[in-house]
Amino acid sequence: MRGQVHLWAAQRVTAALLAVAVLVHLVTILLAVRGGLTAGEIIGRLSGSETWLLFYAVFALSAGLHAAIGLRNVGAEWLGLRGRRADLAWLGVGLLTALFGIRAAWGLYAA
Amino acid sequence: MAETELAEDKALAWTVKVWRGDAAGGGFAEYAVPARANQTVLDIVTHIQRELDPSLAYRFACRVGMCGSCAMEVNGRARWTCRTHASKVVTEGGTLELRPLANLPVIRDLATDMAPFFDKWAKAGGRFQPKDAKDGEVPADFAVVPPASKKRQEADAGIECIGCGVCYASCDIVAWNPDYLGPAALNRAWTLVNDVRDGARRGRLDAVAGDAGCHSCHSTQSCTERCPKNLDPSSAIAGLKRSIFWRFLEPGGDR
Ligand code: SF4
Ligand code: SF4
Ligand code: FES
Repeated sequence: MRGQVHLWAAQRVTAALLAVAVLVHLVTILLAVRGGLTAGEIIGRLSGSETWLLFYAVFALSAGLHAAIGLRNVGAEWLGLRGRRADLAWLGVGLLTALFGIRAAWGLYAA
Repeated sequence: MAETELAEDKALAWTVKVWRGDAAGGGFAEYAVPARANQTVLDIVTHIQRELDPSLAYRFACRVGMCGSCAMEVNGRARWTCRTHASKVVTEGGTLELRPLANLPVIRDLATDMAPFFDKWAKAGGRFQPKDAKDGEVPADFAVVPPASKKRQEADAGIECIGCGVCYASCDIVAWNPDYLGPAALNRAWTLVNDVRDGARRGRLDAVAGDAGCHSCHSTQSCTERCPKNLDPSSAIAGLKRSIFWRFLEPGGDR
């Protein structure tokens, strides 16, 4: 029961983080594409910047967990997928999604 | 006199499709009933049972919106039939479709088994537990709760529930998750959480937390929209979520 309440709280907290992260992300895109977008420019902004690495890591983790908790609900309500095994599978989905994002952010940081 | 004439005029009859059957299954039977101006849906069901087919099973008691026993699906929507004017819900073609309340097992025809619904009230800690008296004992003195106090008003907001099950039959989550306690039981729990005389808050909040409880509610408000007593179970559930969330943040609260 308590774990389920934690999941609910985690989804609210990640939603709040995502609201900020998506806004920063969009504003960055709007500013970055002015005058054209080049790979060099992107790497120039992100390479070696701990701030951006941290930002994208938190962003990716929030997105992964938020989506997985939501999918867990959809799976339980529409497909009847419930129980420990389903929960572990959704945790895997969430972490994997987050990992893809974090790997990409790391790649740009290290570039 | 005019009413009888209407009744005899076939052109002014309504066609009522009534679901007949039991737990094993069933289908619709059609009845022609008089299109009277001032009759409730329950009046029509009673007319069918008294005049057309005495084997029809349905449930009612008070006929004045107090007991909560007469709810059915009227044209696909759960309603209290004793306070629903037939003329307000009949289709333009003069038809009505009556089915037993959704999300509950059917006993026979229009009568559903309300046991799962009320079992969930018990599961949600729906029993008042006086602070200053042991299990089930009557407290020594009356508790004074000023009517103007905030807590009293919050408790009052949900107290008028008649247990009709309309909200329960209108909730998608109940349909999708058989364990979900449902709007009425959670509304009851929230009423008691706000009752300053009650001493079982902690256990009750535990009982309503998680996937079977308030955290599964999507706040879609069908319950609030359809409650014939104009209660707001959706907000009550939001209140439970809030209380449980803040309890987590209290020192030692997450126990
Ligand atoms: S608000 Fe919650 S309890 Fe009410 S109908 Fe929607 S999901 Fe069900
Ligand atoms: S909350 Fe409203 S709809 Fe639900 S059981 Fe009580 S009176 Fe009926
Ligand atoms: S018969 Fe009592 S509420 Fe309808």
